[in-house]
Amino acid sequence: MYKIISKKLLSPKIYNFLIYAPEVAKNAKAGQFIMFRIDDKGERVPLTIAGANVKEGWVRIIFQEIGKSTSHLACLEEGDFIKDFAGPLGKPTEIKKYGTVVAVAGGVGTAEILPVIKELKKTDNKIITIIGARSKDLIILEDELKAESDELFFATNDGSRGIKGLVTDILREVISNEKVDLIYAIGPAVMMRASADVSKEKKIPTMVSLNPIMVDASGMCGACRVVINGETKFACVDGPEFDAHLVDWEELYSRLTLFKENEQISLDKFKKSLEDGNCGCPNKE
Amino acid sequence: MPKQRIKPSQREASIRKTDFKQVGFGFTKEEAIEEAKRCLQCLKPLCSTGCPVGINIPAFIKQIALNNTSKALTILKEKNNLPAVCGRVCPQENQCEKFCILGKKSESVSIGNLERFAADNAVEESATVNCVSKNMKIAIVGSGPAGISCGADLLKFGYDVTVFETLHLAGGVLRYGIPEFRLPKEILDKEIESLKKLKLKIVLNTLIGRTKTVQNLFDEGYKAIFIAAGAGLPVFPKIEGENLNHIYSSNEFLSRVNLMRAFDFPNYDTPIYRGKNVVVVGGGNTAMDSARTALRLGARSVKLVYRRTEKEMPARSEERIHAKEEGIEFLTLTNPVKFIGDEKRFVKAAECIKMELGEPDASGRRLPVEIKGSNFTIETDTVILALGLHPNPILPSLTENLQVDKHGYVVIDENLMTSISGIFAGGDIVGGSTVISAMGMGKKAAIAINDFLTKVQD
Repeated sequence: MYKIISKKLLSPKIYNFLIYAPEVAKNAKAGQFIMFRIDDKGERVPLTIAGANVKEGWVRIIFQEIGKSTSHLACLEEGDFIKDFAGPLGKPTEIKKYGTVVAVAGGVGTAEILPVIKELKKTDNKIITIIGARSKDLIILEDELKAESDELFFATNDGSRGIKGLVTDILREVISNEKVDLIYAIGPAVMMRASADVSKEKKIPTMVSLNPIMVDASGMCGACRVVINGETKFACVDGPEFDAHLVDWEELYSRLTLFKENEQISLDKFKKSLEDGNCGCPNKE
Repeated sequence: MPKQRIKPSQREASIRKTDFKQVGFGFTKEEAIEEAKRCLQCLKPLCSTGCPVGINIPAFIKQIALNNTSKALTILKEKNNLPAVCGRVCPQENQCEKFCILGKKSESVSIGNLERFAADNAVEESATVNCVSKNMKIAIVGSGPAGISCGADLLKFGYDVTVFETLHLAGGVLRYGIPEFRLPKEILDKEIESLKKLKLKIVLNTLIGRTKTVQNLFDEGYKAIFIAAGAGLPVFPKIEGENLNHIYSSNEFLSRVNLMRAFDFPNYDTPIYRGKNVVVVGGGNTAMDSARTALRLGARSVKLVYRRTEKEMPARSEERIHAKEEGIEFLTLTNPVKFIGDEKRFVKAAECIKMELGEPDASGRRLPVEIKGSNFTIETDTVILALGLHPNPILPSLTENLQVDKHGYVVIDENLMTSISGIFAGGDIVGGSTVISAMGMGKKAAIAINDFLTKVQD
């Protein structure tokens, strides 16, 4: 059992949890993820690591309440427990001096990009961060991003913060104004693809952190297979980061829809149980 | 004429294919005693020579004949740490039973069923390990058959043993791979519990290589490590359309059902698609397990596509017979060449080609060759690929100086020691193939580790 030692709401439906998992914290590196399983009936869900503290033994996760598992997680409180929490998994981000790095993140991807830019900053890269959100209320971690970025831009759908438009509008401008050595994008698949399309014209190396469906996440099942440069790769072993220009995006999109109907059934059932006053949490002490 | 072999009763195929309960009932006490009495108690028993873990087979059978089931289990457990599992899933027909002298003239003693009977029916004697503690820590990577078997034997030598498991439950392939109707998880839980009583420590949610490295383990004071990380990376055929939706590796399909209990969705959170026209590709036990699982999830038709003939199938005959009884259709000398999807990239058909057998290949089996122009399509909404596995690459790739061969298998010497002193390996990661061969390697490794540590101390 893994204790939730801190819970914070960052914006509507986006939560910041610190989970006491000292063994995971010890070797956690930027770009890696964990798998959690909320209780004995839960599914195994991957979440990117948003930070870790070896001394205090915690791992930071930031997630958006979307499906059943994240909604269930969101209803837990400080002091409650998660049944399983395994990691760190996947290959860490390659941290070195690239030069100028543009970090592009959308939605909850903002949390995931934070440890990456933190490490890249330490190795003397110039960091230009571009954050996309639907509106300014949904922007998270602004202070932390500011601390790790040389320049920080926002794009919102309604123009309530930064430009009114998409992250790619800013990205296009940044790369036309200066020499960029690496683009690192994380967020919804469509956003990552759009970023890749923009950088492709100028042949700027671009990495994306893919988020396919996973089951074991240790190279055993092949659920997370993605096609990179025409070859099948396993995101949990070979990734989650890949060269964005080589990803078969159409296939990723369709594989992400695999269990849409079941996910809805699961979520509806959970919401119903909440209405009945019972979230079914055996995790409460 | 010797008496006929007694066959335990089985559930009707038409009934059992609708649920996940066990196929066979196992011997009743009367049946077990009668069958045990068929054993000739050979002075030089050949059956034991066919057992990868070297069980004293006549001795345990004798105790069953004497109605002393608990004593029978004690004898089994001297050599076999998972008798209830092995009694069910070992290919006895190719091992102990193959050598039984009775088999020459009539039918061999039903050793597997007797083992299962003893394991299921004995009143467990107090679990203790009679030895002096050596006060030395050993780490095992992986809680599958190789890891558990090695760990349990090391306990008996007096070591302090910790098994690290990546998943949230112990058992490895016994947990995620073998279906409930062949090995109820309750039985597996019981076996693991009894090992925990012997003070076997199992740490879950820990991927050695990532959560901790091998070096971390040595730094934490472990004196030797046994790597039994198992298989990984399912083999895909590298043909068009293999990543369409509802095309699964057998590992994913079976893990969803066995480990995550997706057959009970939405009571359990993990979903599975209940295909109506299922195609399974492969001819091993995993292919049979996948086909029969698909049937139990409600498939109207399950076709098993295999490129050789039934004679060459690696699956146990018992599994093949059960599968056919339940209505699995075998399409042998057939191989898929591509999968066809609908506009949303969900699989809708498998294009196959007929094969014929040519010259024998490296495995001694005749190599299947395509018959040009014999292509045909099968309508399907779910495809399960049971084409084997590559060894799990994670730990080897993260352990400096750990040598692997060109296929990715960890290289070991005759004592199962790897290229790094103090690190041993066994099971699928070195190229084992069955539960019992993995267990045999686990036992051998335990002896080798004990020898190694004794020498180091001297």
